[in-house]
Amino acid sequence: MTGLLSDAFLISLVAGAVAAGIPLLLAGLGEQVSEKAGVLNIGIEGMMLLGAYTGFYVAFLTGSLWLGFLGGAAGGLILAALMALLCVRLGLNQIVIGIALTLGADGITALLHHVQFSRTYPRLPRVDTLPIPGLSEIPIIGQGLFNRHPSVYLAIIAVFVLVWVFRRTNIGLNLQAAGDKPAALDAAGVSVTATRTFAVLFTGLMAGLGGAYMSMIGAGIFIPFMTGGAGFIAIVLAMLARGHPTWVLYGALLFGVSLSLTTAMQVGGVNVPTDVVQMLPFAMVMLVLVIFARRSALPAALGLPYVRGQR
Amino acid sequence: MTDLSPTAPGETETNHPIVLVDGVTKRFPGVIANDDVSLAIYPGEVHALLGENGAGKSTLIAMLSGMLQPDSGQIHVRGTTTTISSPRRALELGIGTVYQHPTLVPTLTVLENLMLGAPWNQRMNRAATRARLTEISNTLGITLPEDARLGDLSLGQQQQVEIVKALWRGEQVLILDEATSMLTPKGVDDLGQVIDRLRTAGIAIVFITHKLNEAVRFGDRVSILKLGQKVGDLTPQQLAELSPEDAIRNIVDLMFGAASQGESTAGSESKSELQSAPVVLATQRLATFAGLDEPSVTQVEFDVRAGEVFGIAGVDGNGQKQLAEALAGQRPITGGTLTLEGRDISRQTVVQRQKAGLRYVTDDRLGEGTVGTFSIGVNMLLKRIGDDPFWRRGTIQRKEVERHAETLIERHDVRTPGPDTPIGRLSGGNIQKALLARELDNAPLAVIYNKPTYGLDANNIQFARRAIRDQADQGVATIVISTDLDEILELSDRIGVMLGGRMVGIVENDRDAQRRVGELMIGVGVAA
Amino acid sequence: MSIEASEPTAATAGTDEDGAALPEWLVRVILALVPILLALIAGAVILLLLGRDPISFYVNIVRRGLISWIGLQETITRCAPLILLGASLIVAFRAGLWNLGVDGQFLLAAVVTAALSAWMIQSVPSWVVLPVGMIAGFAVGAVWSLIPALLKAYQGVNEIVTTLMMSFLGVSLANVLIKIPFNDPNTTVPQTMTLATTDRLPRLFDTTINIGVVIAVVVILIVHWVMTRTAFGLRLQTVGANPKAAMHAGLSVPLLTVVTFGLSAGLAGLAGSVEILGVWGNVRADWNPAYGLAIIPLVFLARFNGIAVIGFTFFFAMLSIGGETASRRADLPNYFILVLVALILIFMALTEWLNHRRALARRV
Repeated sequence: MTGLLSDAFLISLVAGAVAAGIPLLLAGLGEQVSEKAGVLNIGIEGMMLLGAYTGFYVAFLTGSLWLGFLGGAAGGLILAALMALLCVRLGLNQIVIGIALTLGADGITALLHHVQFSRTYPRLPRVDTLPIPGLSEIPIIGQGLFNRHPSVYLAIIAVFVLVWVFRRTNIGLNLQAAGDKPAALDAAGVSVTATRTFAVLFTGLMAGLGGAYMSMIGAGIFIPFMTGGAGFIAIVLAMLARGHPTWVLYGALLFGVSLSLTTAMQVGGVNVPTDVVQMLPFAMVMLVLVIFARRSALPAALGLPYVRGQR
Repeated sequence: MTDLSPTAPGETETNHPIVLVDGVTKRFPGVIANDDVSLAIYPGEVHALLGENGAGKSTLIAMLSGMLQPDSGQIHVRGTTTTISSPRRALELGIGTVYQHPTLVPTLTVLENLMLGAPWNQRMNRAATRARLTEISNTLGITLPEDARLGDLSLGQQQQVEIVKALWRGEQVLILDEATSMLTPKGVDDLGQVIDRLRTAGIAIVFITHKLNEAVRFGDRVSILKLGQKVGDLTPQQLAELSPEDAIRNIVDLMFGAASQGESTAGSESKSELQSAPVVLATQRLATFAGLDEPSVTQVEFDVRAGEVFGIAGVDGNGQKQLAEALAGQRPITGGTLTLEGRDISRQTVVQRQKAGLRYVTDDRLGEGTVGTFSIGVNMLLKRIGDDPFWRRGTIQRKEVERHAETLIERHDVRTPGPDTPIGRLSGGNIQKALLARELDNAPLAVIYNKPTYGLDANNIQFARRAIRDQADQGVATIVISTDLDEILELSDRIGVMLGGRMVGIVENDRDAQRRVGELMIGVGVAA
Repeated sequence: MSIEASEPTAATAGTDEDGAALPEWLVRVILALVPILLALIAGAVILLLLGRDPISFYVNIVRRGLISWIGLQETITRCAPLILLGASLIVAFRAGLWNLGVDGQFLLAAVVTAALSAWMIQSVPSWVVLPVGMIAGFAVGAVWSLIPALLKAYQGVNEIVTTLMMSFLGVSLANVLIKIPFNDPNTTVPQTMTLATTDRLPRLFDTTINIGVVIAVVVILIVHWVMTRTAFGLRLQTVGANPKAAMHAGLSVPLLTVVTFGLSAGLAGLAGSVEILGVWGNVRADWNPAYGLAIIPLVFLARFNGIAVIGFTFFFAMLSIGGETASRRADLPNYFILVLVALILIFMALTEWLNHRRALARRV
């Protein structure tokens, strides 16, 4: 068996799908929380990128990936705090601020990278993996899925934690009310501003972690602009998932598969231009939208600042 | 009668007010919404707060429920001077509010809506919530489907959920804001029973309404607000001594001064004259399919003659809006025909119908009637964009637009700084005048008014009704859709009643009309 | 989600009640300049923190981007695609539509224009090739917006998602086109066939500036006029400001949505054509200037006013051209300009907010 279905191809595909999918998953989950609460967080691209830089930088300095994740989370949170202040507190235009933050993060990370590393691109050492006994022995998919850095497992667990939060906790109810009927939340005595601020901060945290994963583990290196639109894909994933964290997981893996298809094909001995393959996930989303086009499943108050007493 | 002191004579020592509003004043830019208002609210008593739209009821409730804070004056709760700084604080003080517009989340279930507002770090306790729901439901004598999505319930049931929620933490004060406005007559009766049970349970109820008869029917005590001031009240003793008719007369005197009872302006033309007038607008088996979320309209047949006012009554949400939109051309007619002066116009566009002389005054003045950020001048031409002489070769002629606007502003007495002012800055009454001006301009043949006085103050209501009647007297075929039966009875020559998307009956507006229309509205005497 | 058209339309442009305040245009100019000034100050602080001299940095930007003759010509040349993209976004935003896919529309149109014109020039004179190339670019852009437009118009699918997706798709498709069907076999780097310098858009007098910028300015002035003065523009603005009111007034919202998308994306495509026909003559693989992301906020900054967009675009072009040199001299990556743009946007939004508060307070 050669070509498309060879073992080498499949192994590479699974491994690549996870590596490319985890940042999307983390950021997508974060964005989903924002959108549920009625904030369209276009700045997530910038939050990922800043997280990628701060995560990489901390990991580079300390040699610890876990501290790196902490640094990445902090990077995402800083931008998210700015976003929360400007868009949730002051009610400024969410799209303008989101784009501004993304542009700013593009510039500032390139700048910081230049100041710190000049024109060199140092690489982090290969990460240690945590094989799951038994499962990691499964042929073909075992190594790709079950012999990864522990953060991968944590990211998957996060999906189910979020499912639980949405369905079973007061936080979940508050988030949904903040997006669908903020006045109801206000009347119930819960601050809409606080709920949305929390949501935006959570998005920043998750986006920062996703970015950190991308630079520290996915690539092992930081390159300016390395997120390359991953944040926008995360936005789309969150929108399409309509409040289901598990759908974000499937979507992220799907995108991950498409993104890693090129490499896998080369490994498998098939030569298709990268660009054709790169079109696949986007084409797929469009196809889904064309076939299942349904009227807005987005929260009613998405993108609108809340002012008490205004309907 | 106009006793302003919070403690009316005859109060017993044991019955202290649970909430005492003492000389509260609230100002907004250009208006004093509440001017030195005082009220006493007692346990086990329904305090009806009566006033026209714009009398300051909403502001008063907003201050009691923590949405607004008074500029001066005080609110005492259980004898202590208190600042109700937020909705949460109001709930903590035991004041629950059911707002006029639903404040529940349509995408959550009944149970989830009831759990909303618990501290975020607390465990979600479905069992306890269920138990509490049953407990309160039993007190109120109702049953609710716990796991149904709120948006799927009837408006009456949604309101019951609101009431349950407002009483959730054992609140002792319940504020009901225009609680009957969305309800069927049956729903109003159900609400009455719920209120009775609450009164027995010792809850203090504030019942806000702009309807006289409801204030007398539900209230143990009635306070009357007018233009931000409390102009008088009726104590329980006074109410007990008076017959309902006398009570109403008393209140009317307080609200409007003596001898201001509304009189029907209908029938200024004799019946025979009307019957010989030509039919202008007619429908045959008209239908419009509105999807699953809204009522569809089927089999509607009526005709309106020149100079006639045809009222369309019905409880809100029985297809009146859909019918109006189908007539105006905003919604496709999926069956039957619509004729204007004998010509079938059921396939024509909004613009074609507009040009042919069919006009539609929407009830949603800001939502669809106008573009708030556009000038009055442009809004008055919103349905004629591109027409000569206001646009020549596609280019706007500002002078013409301005002149046109100034003419209409003067003719309809629109109070505005000028034709350039964005229409969204005007008051509701003036926006309505501008809308009327737009639709009545340029030779209308038939005009559809949807809730023409909704949300207006007394003065503007009179102005609008007079304008409608004047137009009809000039030979315009007129349709008035309203959920306010008094308005329909005042204006109409004949009345059609909508129920479940069908016109279930058409009656002449005579002495017996009120009873028959009321019956038709709830389905009595309707052939299945 | 609505786009807030903060600028009153020309039809409503008017007078605030109190005439005592500053004239409207002066307020606008101040509102635009204050955030730029604040951003420059904040940028200076960052430069100081990095141990660079802000004064010489800014002086270098102006010297290279504005004062030096070569630099000024580059700045003006750069304005052409930016202004056209601005025109594209004005149409969409004024009609309340988020066309966030201009980068894909721009790039696809650029590639098709490059391939088509290099092929046509073999048999037809350039005065035919150039207009045909531009029309083709417009058409390609417009076609690329068709799916988002139809989905939005008839199914209510959020156009932010669809235009972004189509943009990513378009960028990849452009690369595929460059590498396979339109590849120039005579070069090692994948790129389209090249249109010779002499066959490109004619230059103005003795400068390096091509007439692309003239086309751009004319187009944006027409767009501005159409949007503010004509019945068609008012219809689009009505749809943008209140779609329900547009329906109520009998406008065909779906049709206008599709037309708006077509115009907006077509203009983005035209921007790509002009850039190729005027400056590059071909498209290399993986070339993607991604002007869109920077222009979107500029259009907001200009409050959808075409004339103001010209001014802001010129400023931005000067920053980018001068910034390259200034950054090199200061040993910084060129991307510092992005930080400045971001700061300008944030301060702009804040200024707007303060002004709004002030206006509210004044109404009392």
